[in-house]
Formats: sequence, C-alpha cells, structure tokens
Amino acid sequence: MDRRTTIKWVVAASAAWPLLGRGTERADPALTVRGYGTDPNLLAVYRPGELWPLTLTAPQRRLAGILADIIIPADPHSPSASAVGVVEFIDEWVSAPYPDNQRDRPIVLGGFSWLDAEAARRFGKRFPELDTTEQNGICDDICDETRAATVRRDAARFFALYRDLTAAGFYSTPVGRRDLSYLGNVPLARFDGPPPALLRKLNLA
Amino acid sequence: MPFVTAKSQRASYDVIVVGSGAAGGQSAYTLCMDGAKVLMLEAGRRYSPETETAMFQTPDLAPLAAVGTPQKPFGFYDATVDGGWEVPGEPYVRASEEAAGRFEWWRARMLGGRTNHWGRISLRYGPYDFKPRSRDGLGFDWPLGYEDIAPYYDKVELLIGVYGSNEGLENTPDSSPGCLLPPPKPLVSDRLIAQRAKRLGIPAIPGHRAVLTRPLDFRRSPARLHPGNVTAQRILADDMRRRAACVWATPCGRGCSIRANYQSTTVHLPPALASGNLDIATDAMVYEVTLGRDGRATGVSFVDRTTGRQQHATARVVILAASACESVRILLNSKSAQSPNGLANSSGSLGRYLMDTVGSTVRGQIPLLESLPPLNEDAADGDQLYVPWWLYRDQLAGKLGFARGYHIEFGGGKRMPGYGTAAGIEWLTGGSYGVKFKQDVRRYYGSFVYFDGRGEMIPNEHSFCEIDPSVKDKWGIPVLRFHWRWSEHELRQAAHMQRTFADIIGAMDGRTHGAVQNDGARAIAPGGSIIHEVGGAIMGSDPKTSVTNQWCQTWDVPNLFVTDGAVFASNADKNPTLTIMALAWRASDRILERMRRKEL
Repeated sequence: MDRRTTIKWVVAASAAWPLLGRGTERADPALTVRGYGTDPNLLAVYRPGELWPLTLTAPQRRLAGILADIIIPADPHSPSASAVGVVEFIDEWVSAPYPDNQRDRPIVLGGFSWLDAEAARRFGKRFPELDTTEQNGICDDICDETRAATVRRDAARFFALYRDLTAAGFYSTPVGRRDLSYLGNVPLARFDGPPPALLRKLNLA
Repeated sequence: MPFVTAKSQRASYDVIVVGSGAAGGQSAYTLCMDGAKVLMLEAGRRYSPETETAMFQTPDLAPLAAVGTPQKPFGFYDATVDGGWEVPGEPYVRASEEAAGRFEWWRARMLGGRTNHWGRISLRYGPYDFKPRSRDGLGFDWPLGYEDIAPYYDKVELLIGVYGSNEGLENTPDSSPGCLLPPPKPLVSDRLIAQRAKRLGIPAIPGHRAVLTRPLDFRRSPARLHPGNVTAQRILADDMRRRAACVWATPCGRGCSIRANYQSTTVHLPPALASGNLDIATDAMVYEVTLGRDGRATGVSFVDRTTGRQQHATARVVILAASACESVRILLNSKSAQSPNGLANSSGSLGRYLMDTVGSTVRGQIPLLESLPPLNEDAADGDQLYVPWWLYRDQLAGKLGFARGYHIEFGGGKRMPGYGTAAGIEWLTGGSYGVKFKQDVRRYYGSFVYFDGRGEMIPNEHSFCEIDPSVKDKWGIPVLRFHWRWSEHELRQAAHMQRTFADIIGAMDGRTHGAVQNDGARAIAPGGSIIHEVGGAIMGSDPKTSVTNQWCQTWDVPNLFVTDGAVFASNADKNPTLTIMALAWRASDRILERMRRKEL
C-alpha cells in the first residue's frame, strides 16, 4: 500500500469521528425509511434487509465479519459470530431508521475506517489483511475504554459498542441460547423451582 | 361476534363504557353479567390475544433482536400495538422539558388497552392507604375505607386469578380464604435476595400477580361471585374452564394466548360478550360527553377513526374508563354554557392532583450466582417474591425524612438470552474478547439482579393536566398539557431506595453496577414513566374539593361516572390496577342497584 492511500484512509477515519460523542446526532438523510410501524405482524419471521435496505458495502461487511469473529470466535462449545448471521444483524442494526441505530451508525462506520487507518499506520496494510497477532495488537489497545489511551478513546468506545452488537446478534440465536445452556421457553406442566441439592449447596434450602 | 360498527349500534343503551382496559373491562363485565345493555367504545383497533400473541417467538426471528424502538417501546414482541410514549398524530404537551418537571404519558390504542402488556402485579391497598391524611396530615383521605372495598378485592381476585400468600403484615392485607392461587416457587436468586435482605430486617414474601398458577375453580367461584344469578354463573364457569394454567414460559408482557394471565381481552370481555349484553365499537375515539337540558349526560360523541366521521351514542348512564388522563381530557373538552371549564368541574379540581409512582432502580452482580448449573428459570416471569413496605413505624415516628413507603420488585435468573445478556459487561471482564469473552459471558449469565423501588407519591398542587390552548390531535381534538413536580418526600424516598438496594447487594456479597445516587433528583424516574398515573378527577366527601363521590359518580352529573385511576385520592406504593378493578366493580354494582330503583 502506498503512502497516499494510507493518508486517505486516515483522513476518512478522522472525518468520521467528529460525529461522535455529542449524543444528538441527526439522522442520516439517506435513511428515511419509516420502520415497521406501530402495528407490525408479530408472528412473521423477519430477515435483515426485509424491512429497510442494508447499507454496508462489501469491504465493510468483510471487516464486520472479521471483527465479529475476533470478538466471538468458534470454540469447542459453539461456532463463531459470523457463522450465525451476526454480520447481517449488524448491517440491519446500523441501517435501521430508529434513533438508537442512527446514533450507533457513525460510531460503527467510523470505527471500521479507524481500524483500517490504524492497520495502515502500524503495518501498512488494511485490517483484514493483518495476521491474527497484528489484529489482536490493535484490539488490545481499544478493548477496554478505561485503559485506552486518550487518543484511542473514541476507538475504544466503538469497540465496546461493537462487542455489544456482536454479542446481541450471537446470543439471540438458537446457537447462542445453547452456548449458555438456556433451558427455558418451553411449556412445562409444573414448575418445581431449583433442585433441592443445589439449594443445599448454596445454603438456601 | 357482537363487535358492532358505529352504524349498527342500538338506538340506545343502558350504559356506555368509554375504554376497554382494567376499568372499562371490569365495568362492562359487572354490568353485562347482571343484564344491563352496554356499549363499549374503544379508541384503538380490535385485538385478539388468542391469534396475535407472539408466545414462543425468539429474538432472532424479529427485527433488531426484538429490542425496543419508539414504535414498540417495550420490545418487538410486547403486546402493545399502536401505543407507546408517543402516538403518531396524537401529541401532548409538556409545560416543562426540564428533567424535574417532565411528565411522560403512555397510551395503548387497542382493545384491552394497557392490560394486554402490564406487569400483572396485583397488590391490595391497605387500611392506611385510604386514610393517609388522617395518619400523617398530608394529601387526602378517600371517602371510603379498606373495609368498604375489601369484598371487591376478594371478588376481583377470584375472577381474574391472582397468586400470592397471606402473611399478616402491617397494611399489607390478607385475602379471604380461597381467593388467592398458590405462589410460584422462588428462583435461586430470589432465595438469596430473601436470605440476605432478612439479615437487614427487610422481609421478602411471595408476590401477588394475576397469573394462573393452577386452573381457576370453575365449580365454586362463579356462585361466590354471582350469587342468585344462574345465567352469570353458567357463563363464567364456561369461561373459567377455557382459561389454561400458566405453562411457566414466555414473558407475560407479550400477552397470553392461552389466557393464563389477566388481560381485559382474555378475562373480562369474553364472558361479557357471551352474555349477549355487550356491544363493542373499536376505532371509536370519544371526545365529549353530551348533556341534556336537565343537566344529565345523554351520551357521548366520538370520531369513527376508520372514516374520520363524528358519531353519537346515547345511554342512560355514561362511564368514563379511558385511563386517568384520557378521561380527564374528555371531561375538560366537554364544555358547554353550563360548564365552561369542563364537565363535572364545579370544584375546579378536574385535572388536578395527578400522581405517578416513584421509581428507582439499582442493578448488581452477585459472584455467588456465577456459573450455576443449567436451570429453567422462566418461572412466573418475575415477582415470585417481593418486599412490601416494612418501615411503617420508623416512618410514622418521623425517622426517615419522607412520609410514605415503597415496595421492592426484584429479580434475577437465567432469562432468555438476547440483547442485554452480554451488553456492557466490561466492568466485570476488563474488556475481554475472543474465547475469553465467551467464557466470561457463560460465567456471568444469570448472576445479575435488579431492584426496582415502587413508592407512593403524595398529590401536590404543581402536578396537573389541562387543555393546551392551541395544540390539537389529528382528529381536531384539543390535547392535554402536563405540569409536573416532585416534592421532597418523593425525592428523599428515591434516594432511600438507592441506599437500601445497595445495602442488599452488599449483603449478598455482590457489586452494584453504576453509581448509587444519594441525590433523589437523580435517582427518581421521570413522572409518568412508571405508567401508574392516577388522579385528575379525585373522589372525596366534599363536592367543593373533589370530582366524584365514593361511588365514582360525578358530583355534578348524577348519571356520569369515572371508574378508572382518575378517581384515586392517593397513589399508594401498591400498583393501581387491582384497586381500579375493585372500585369499578363496586361502582358498577351501585349503578345496577340505582338503575333497578329507576334512580338512573
């Protein structure tokens, strides 16, 4: 990558940040969809893109998947975030017309730009092209807002939001429910409460 | 089905009931089961819980993982349709946008109103709650006492089905034998909270909620509720048999298609319709009570929302049960030469003494609850246990700095995973990601608890609603403007909640999440946000200072009644719905008696 491209990305990334932190960001005028209304069909199954158009570009989606899988990778218990549709969920989220989504959109898009810019600054590559150690090196700098350097505070805020969104998309799915061994949402003839042995162990019998 | 259009209504009715929620449902039920011909007018659309409730839908099937949006504020699967803090085309005005003076008005434009989504918490007011002024010199006494309403609490509990227990605690009344259903088993977190709160002298007892923990007693209850009325007994027995018991799954706020909890649409309206005495017109937005030359109500005017046309319906008696503020709005908008300041407002107190519940929340994380084995903790959807107000004596002795009490709704457990499950947990994880993050989420899942304080607000002169001089809704109906102010009693109470909840979390060897607020103004939820707004047409024993008498009958217009929360003269910490229903039943019995005597 040449120096000119690097500078372009850095500028793009810094241009995204002024939108952050004011809490009163105006809605993106490109997104004037009306949402699902006050009386949607609750029994239908909704897929991302059905109610409002998805807006992430192909490179953004690629980056979205890589970062989601850094946050929730496959492990012996369950697959990775991107394997259960988290990229589609995040695209739906940042493309939605509601105030919370419009607030989050510039943070996510700005964060994507920042990751590429940071990768270019440190390693001369785009974020997706980094190896795992390099990617983790960048994430380690921004994974905890309380420890992040002042210049990376906005990036850390982005990472915290993106971790929340990734987890929301993942744990909302059947795979996520199984990962947490959630046993509810099934009709029971009776509810007996916690097992007596467990209560004894916890001194709650 | 006897759902009528505005065109096919009868020429006249015995009673018009405006609204179809807890007050309208109970009023119509009581009247119809005793033979009165009733027209119910509901501003929202027809709604059928049996076919529309998203019972077992999971968040991955909904947009945005089913989180709340301004169009579905309590989540995509919440039962409320066409409702929320903002209703398109139906604005209201706040006199102040400052936090301290902010009032938010929740509305649900649908058959059954907010009973479709409510929390089902069903607590009786106690003897002190009806005579607060006599006890501490503040607010107003009601023109009736606990002993007057107790039989109606029994009736409502038997009819709708309420679980709970009798504990014999101060100002926390017991029910008559056989009225309550057995309470559900407490969760691990419930038991831990109860154990540790007890060490602080704070009692946790079974909650009271309108959820069927077993089938209703269709053999005995109908005769107890409708003595001597064989037809009513048969209709009710048939209907009780059709209500299933709870299956210990899915949030009650979605509504219940098997009718295992109370909502007006599944409990009050089906038997009232089966009586053949009830007509319901939906999309009928009432804006005015019409008056005859004799000063009696002749009926109501409404907008047919499907056509925009103005219509009129007539009856011998008019009951407003449109929710506290909407009923007040209708009365204020019913202006005439005889009543230039609104109908039933000779006292000048219409719209005044609006109250909500004091709300404040603290959350915590409890290491003792980490990494528990898999458990199904859907249970009764919360409130298996609660803490009733426990400091009556200290309070009366002036030791607390605020005059009225609060109860604590709390909970925890392994709820269905979704947006909130792993959000914002870096305060525990130090910002982990990767495999460590997945391990952390498993560890902390089910280890969080919350404490919601729900406290009494004392009515004051600064909290009221009036008609805005210029703003109108899309039907051209003038809208409400709200004024709001808390007193020091509420602010100190909210700060006390915060300290108490932090103490309980500490006694559980847990950690509070976020700042514990010592400043009541920061601790308290905005006015209206607990959705327990009552008052505005308070009952009293003096026509000069109140809008209705103890029978919910307006002093000025003898055949005009208000049976919703507008008549509350105080707003005890106990959630208002059960009391709304008990008052509506009592008022409706009175109406029936006076119609039989041809006095109405």
